[in-house]
Amino acid sequence: MAAKKTSPRTAVPSGPVPFTKDQDLEAYREMLLIRRFEEKAGQMYGMGLIGGFCHLYIGQEAVVVGMQMAMKPGDQVITGYRDHGHMLSTGMDAKGVMAELTGRRGGLSKGKGGSMHMFSIEKQFFGGHGIVGAQVSLGTGLAFADRYRENGNVSVTYFGDGAANQGQVYESFNMAELWKLPVVYVIENNKYAMGTAVSRASAQQDFSKRGTSFNIPGEQVDGMDVQAVKAAGERALAFAREGNGPYILEMQTYRYRGHSMSDPAKYRSKEEVQKMRTEHDPIEQVRTRLLDGHKVTEDDLKKIDADVREIVNAAADFASSDPEPDVAELYTDILR
Amino acid sequence: MAIEVLMPALSPTMEKGNLTKWVKKEGDTVKSGDVLAEIETDKATMEVEAVDEGILGKILVPEGAQDVAVNTPIATILADGEDANAAPAPAAKAAESAPSPVTAAAPVAPVSPAPSAVAAPPQVTVQPDPEVPAGTEFVTQTVREALRDAMAEEMRRDGDVFVMGEEVAEYQGAYKITQGLLQEFGARRVIDTPITEHGFAGVGVGAAMAGLKPIVEFMTFNFAMQAIDQIINSAAKTLYMSGGQVHCSIVFRGPNGAAARVAAQHSQDYTAWYSNVPGLKVIAPYSAADAKGLLKAAIRDPNPIIFLENEILYGHSFEVPKLDDYVLPIGKARIARSGKDVTIVSFSIGMTYALKAAEELAKQGIEAEVIDLRTIRPMDVDAIVTSVKKTGRCVTVEEGWPQSGIGAEIAAQLMDKAFDFLDAPVLRVTGKDVPMPYAANLEKLALPSVAEVIEAVKAVTYK
Repeated sequence: MAAKKTSPRTAVPSGPVPFTKDQDLEAYREMLLIRRFEEKAGQMYGMGLIGGFCHLYIGQEAVVVGMQMAMKPGDQVITGYRDHGHMLSTGMDAKGVMAELTGRRGGLSKGKGGSMHMFSIEKQFFGGHGIVGAQVSLGTGLAFADRYRENGNVSVTYFGDGAANQGQVYESFNMAELWKLPVVYVIENNKYAMGTAVSRASAQQDFSKRGTSFNIPGEQVDGMDVQAVKAAGERALAFAREGNGPYILEMQTYRYRGHSMSDPAKYRSKEEVQKMRTEHDPIEQVRTRLLDGHKVTEDDLKKIDADVREIVNAAADFASSDPEPDVAELYTDILR
Repeated sequence: MAIEVLMPALSPTMEKGNLTKWVKKEGDTVKSGDVLAEIETDKATMEVEAVDEGILGKILVPEGAQDVAVNTPIATILADGEDANAAPAPAAKAAESAPSPVTAAAPVAPVSPAPSAVAAPPQVTVQPDPEVPAGTEFVTQTVREALRDAMAEEMRRDGDVFVMGEEVAEYQGAYKITQGLLQEFGARRVIDTPITEHGFAGVGVGAAMAGLKPIVEFMTFNFAMQAIDQIINSAAKTLYMSGGQVHCSIVFRGPNGAAARVAAQHSQDYTAWYSNVPGLKVIAPYSAADAKGLLKAAIRDPNPIIFLENEILYGHSFEVPKLDDYVLPIGKARIARSGKDVTIVSFSIGMTYALKAAEELAKQGIEAEVIDLRTIRPMDVDAIVTSVKKTGRCVTVEEGWPQSGIGAEIAAQLMDKAFDFLDAPVLRVTGKDVPMPYAANLEKLALPSVAEVIEAVKAVTYK
């Protein structure tokens, strides 16, 4: 088919178009918001204000921010349990997210969902799913609805290198390609599924090839470089939006923190983490470009830092002072 | 103002830990994300990272300290130019307004608001069946035809309704329930899926989250076990987990329970399984009229519905009122036969045993009241209780297994709500507690029988 001939899988992807100053400023601010938010969440978890599981996104910020910069209003987002960054990048309110983490009534799910279960119809964010891989079939269903309605939207379905080994992922790939559904599968390969390195869990470690037997094109992307992410996202979204079916983006990324807050991360060396942080940090890359290339001053960046810190502190304040849900909420929202 | 760094908890259950090492020294510049110290518990060693920026002022808890309580201040961080002896501000603004003192060793318990209402399940009143106007013509239809008509009528009414499943389109349905739908509605709305239950159930739920109204047909509910995670974890729980934002208007339907001579993996009754799950409605009709009226209601309902059909009943014929829009209330039982001596409660194919037994018993002078539950969740417990208050006796009939079955639930409800009215223990007639055997004689033994129902009724009526 014509679409396949021009598939970017076989084309040599041109390098990302360098960001303008405004784009770099936007990316910097959005990524910094996620990082500061997550650091604060980690701190509040340590204080006992956040319960249960808490999976931080620190290190992977460029993936959601770059994808969001490539998306159009109406495109849907769905992901797994490491979801705070995805929510913030879609524009969901930091206060509502943090208050959900602390289980308060002002949380986006009224305190009934927690870290892994938040939604926003307004921002077209469909969760927040705690069952590894389940969001892949659900995201494919969002794309099914887009095609059914012929609304020109694309479902951006995120999952990790761990989820990529679940069976329903391949059931979904098959249907998505069979029915030419507008879905971009973003595989966030952060090298570890909880404590298991990709090499110990995956027979095919090139995740961009995971759709090969279904004829789904894919490419590997430097997920630490927000410019590269946005460029790849635009290619993939255009491909899906034009009716060519699904597209796979393997984002090569890295999480600095453990799988969850209670993970001592004994499965990797401190040197490995430190190397990623010093040589590939997504925020530092943009910061350097802003200072050296765009001639933004340290003071300008400090102002952004202060703004972001204020948003995060306000979110933390709200999330610690907002009351718990009314007890009557126990029995609401079970049926509509 | 100086900011306190607190001893963090590594898990919600951690109360104290050891401070094994300071990585930063007093006077060091600290940036967000820098490792300040290492702490350990009996389970793990973890790094304490800085959240705030500044200069490490005072180390308050020295390296090597054992059993440091969570939330104890362990150091201060100073802003540029600040004196190390400056009085520290509470750790973070978050802590400042935290409802409990930040020095508490146990996880901070947030303030519970005064209860503004007692947490109790809401009482829902279900309207009775709509009156069928006098003079309405009744047509004889099989359950199969009634189900097809229900889907076709709802698909004509609402463009968001579509049906998907294995062999539903070109093949016209493995059991011919979707016969003719492809011809009328086309391939966009009548969708053959690959054999991929887990995947297409998830696709259906995703489409429902986006606002469509899928009817997902399982060739049999035995195969839905592959998809049960999507049904329960995604469909049933999302409304709650989203605080009421995202709902799933979806019907999962198909034949449930034993057919004939298809053995253990194809002969299982899932009624009790789904009945256990808040967030689902579970419907299991017996007659064609109920199948039609309840399937139409299910498709319109904004919640996830498990619609359990029965392969043997597909070919049974019943009188169905010829009305333009025959919709029945979900959650309402029906008195299939009135009586004063004993209440027999059943549903779906169980009704065939119940009704035949009632006929036989009538010949012997025992008048049984037979209740067809029709909806299993929410269960019309009132209807059962009302009947038992009259009869004082109850026998339940189902093809499913005995333990934690529908009969067990009914017995428990009666203990709770009608104990003083019972003149005999509630007895259950169920499928036997075995996987379904293949051999004809054993299969027959594994299923309930009319004789067993009669025997149970005689036991509770002391006849």
